[in-house]
Amino acid sequence: MTNTSLSTREKVEKSMVRRRAAEKRFRTYGMASVLFGLLCLVGLFGDIINKGASAFRQTVIQTEILIDADFLGINKKADDQEIRNADFEGLIKQHFKAMVQPQGRGERRQLYSMISAGAAWQLQEAVIADPSLLGKKLSVNLIADDDVDQWFKHDRGTELHNNRMSETQVKWLEQWIDQDMLKTQFNTLFFVNGDSREPELAGIRGAITGTFLTLLVTFLLSFPIGVAAAIYLEEFAPRNKITEFVEININNLAAVPSITFGLLGLAIFINIFGVARSTPLVGGLVLTLMTLPTIIISGRAAIKAVPPSIREAAFGLGASKMQVVFHHVLPLALPGMLTGTIIGMAQALGETAPLLMIGMVAFVVDVPGFINDPSTVLPVQIFLWSDSPERAFMERTSGAIMVLLGFLVTMNTAAVMLRRRLERRW
Amino acid sequence: MNYSSLIIAVLILLGGAYLLGRNRARAIASQGMRLHSLPTHYGALMALWTGLPPLLLLLIWGLAEAPVIDHLLIAQLPEAIQQGSSSDIQLAISKVHNLAIGSGISAAPELEPAVRHLIELQERTLLLHSGMVLSLALLGIALTWRRIKADMRARTEVESIVRRLLFASSGVAVLTTLGILASVLYEAWQFFGKVSPFEFLFGTTWSPQVALRADQSGSSGSFGAVPLFAGTLLISLIAMFIAVPVGLMAAIYLSEYATPTIRQYAKPALEILAGIPTVVYGFFAALTVAPVIRELGESMGLTVSSESALAAGLVMGIMIIPFVSSLSDDVINAVPQSLRDGSYGLGATKSETVKEVVIPAALPGIVGAIMLAVSRAIGETMIVAMAAGLAANLTANPLDSVTTVTVQIVTLLVGDQEFDSPKTLAAFALGLVLFLVTLALNFVALKVVQKYREQYD
Repeated sequence: MTNTSLSTREKVEKSMVRRRAAEKRFRTYGMASVLFGLLCLVGLFGDIINKGASAFRQTVIQTEILIDADFLGINKKADDQEIRNADFEGLIKQHFKAMVQPQGRGERRQLYSMISAGAAWQLQEAVIADPSLLGKKLSVNLIADDDVDQWFKHDRGTELHNNRMSETQVKWLEQWIDQDMLKTQFNTLFFVNGDSREPELAGIRGAITGTFLTLLVTFLLSFPIGVAAAIYLEEFAPRNKITEFVEININNLAAVPSITFGLLGLAIFINIFGVARSTPLVGGLVLTLMTLPTIIISGRAAIKAVPPSIREAAFGLGASKMQVVFHHVLPLALPGMLTGTIIGMAQALGETAPLLMIGMVAFVVDVPGFINDPSTVLPVQIFLWSDSPERAFMERTSGAIMVLLGFLVTMNTAAVMLRRRLERRW
Repeated sequence: MNYSSLIIAVLILLGGAYLLGRNRARAIASQGMRLHSLPTHYGALMALWTGLPPLLLLLIWGLAEAPVIDHLLIAQLPEAIQQGSSSDIQLAISKVHNLAIGSGISAAPELEPAVRHLIELQERTLLLHSGMVLSLALLGIALTWRRIKADMRARTEVESIVRRLLFASSGVAVLTTLGILASVLYEAWQFFGKVSPFEFLFGTTWSPQVALRADQSGSSGSFGAVPLFAGTLLISLIAMFIAVPVGLMAAIYLSEYATPTIRQYAKPALEILAGIPTVVYGFFAALTVAPVIRELGESMGLTVSSESALAAGLVMGIMIIPFVSSLSDDVINAVPQSLRDGSYGLGATKSETVKEVVIPAALPGIVGAIMLAVSRAIGETMIVAMAAGLAANLTANPLDSVTTVTVQIVTLLVGDQEFDSPKTLAAFALGLVLFLVTLALNFVALKVVQKYREQYD
């Protein structure tokens, strides 16, 4: 029948070249895909760190300034309120005016704009802490304005510098650098301040406190409810339609877009029940509903992993069902449940979208004190800052992202360690 | 007393009740009578009856107080305001609240009776509910104290209460689903009273800017959501274009080719991608990827919008890779080894086995995984909110700016809203569509995956 000159074996051997090449190609595609994923990960982290590492350094102007009691109009017996009202801003302006002698109003304005509004506050706090400084010369590191900060950290010596700095300003700055006045120091304000319109004064403490309070509410609600639900579904629930319905519900909720939980929070918690907007309380409630499915699902897996022999032994000793569950099964399943809870909390920590709906995007300067104070959370702060036009905010956004990722890595490592240490293999 | 101190008071009473109940049971036992249950069960029973009713009351009260007070206040408002629109009433009510706490709003004499009424109400309710909560707790102690006898079945009762509590906890998930449905359905229903569903689903212009005042001229707002659906679809499509091949090939490589060591490190590393907050991806897309794409496109002579669908879609695709890869990995691993061995026995190479045997056998599961990933892409909010635009263009060009359902929900609802304007309600109508679509996708996908898993178990 076959009129080809090749035998089957030869045909197969000939095709093997092609087939082996295909095999190699396929394998390479696979490897490339994994590498692509890892590359994205590295690229993402690299980009964020590259942009954000400089957020942790702040440019300051080191100078020796005379705290002129006469200019400020206060004496050593002045109380805190009088010191707060004194014109430290004027003092600083006068000091720098005497130093660089700007010509005309335009130059003066340029000079003053190089020092942050926070510098006056710095002096004020120093004097409140130690009123004996009045009349003395004080050597301080005054916070520079964000444009100076960006110029000093990034643009100096590059081509694209003076798009924000005028030539006069650059001239003064170069002078200060020659006199060793301009330096960078660790950006403490970034960690102790709340939000601000001025990039050099904006910090993440308010957002971190808000995040902490929100997660506290979430944990206090979702852990007990999640564990209880997992126990019920795994140990007590009869196998019927209702249980099946509840299970399907939980599985679906785990995959519902998070933004719909925000709609629920807005329409029900805020509009019907009148819970105050923008508070960690309402944020925590919404995140509770969002993380519950995760906690329930992992909790059930942990309970399922406890071998039946434990239950049977306890039953054999005369324990009731409830005693078996609470005295024997639950303690053994708890590490697994905690791991799931930490992962759920990490999810809640990074969640942004539903919190936008319930007003946590408000501009909040004060650090929240309790769960019913207006506040924002770290991811929302990142969202807000990323929208700001100032270049310095981009750096701070990346810095805040690094802090957020730091928290996430810590939580996930804790979960993994907990699992390794406490989980038993049966 | 405020809520936190009331809760603490109830908790202290609860602790006391536990000790009291236990000691009473012990006292009975020491008289030589045989108790039905352990003394701790009597204590627990007393604690439950002391704690539960007051805490439940507190919860209901806390939820109902604000709406009830507002309702009572409306009666105290001047006639003129009561006749006005519901937004006027809302405004007046919030003014009254602000005046009552004395925040610096200039006094409005016409609201004076309402303000006085509010302060009086607040004082009265505070006294009333503190009294009710505490007396309920004490009542619980007293009643249970009287019921504790040697033959009382404390354990049975405690266990049935605890069982009910456990059941109630598992019901929270159902309540959540109902809550989501009720909130979006109700507001969407009101929206469809103002805008016809037909226009919403099939209209092709989306400009939700409604005139702020009734007498203002200008746009009346049009709510054709087709551009949003198209934008969502376009971005999701770009995302899946990245995520499906990469995720699937990565899963195949990791489960079929990689050595255990590579697998041990590469798999969790890829899963980190799923754990990164979406706001971080959004930032990355808007500030790093979008400018790069724009420059690349412009160097090729294309006009690229700085908020192109491509940038958002690409980054979303990266985010979704681990969803596809880890779910596909599971289903590929579930394919029995015997199928592979049979294929090798017939002389197939590894890649031929994967393509001809493993993938077809795992296909339902892989389809399920992809559907879950699509649902994730459709519902993703932050990446698109930060990297995609607001312009509702109806286009298939990935270099253009498009907007999505989730972006519009966020923009319509962030900031102050009036709850009777179609602009706000439109967000809920969009939410309804989003919820139903993702629910359907998830439901089918979970069914498929589950059914598939059972097939080889």
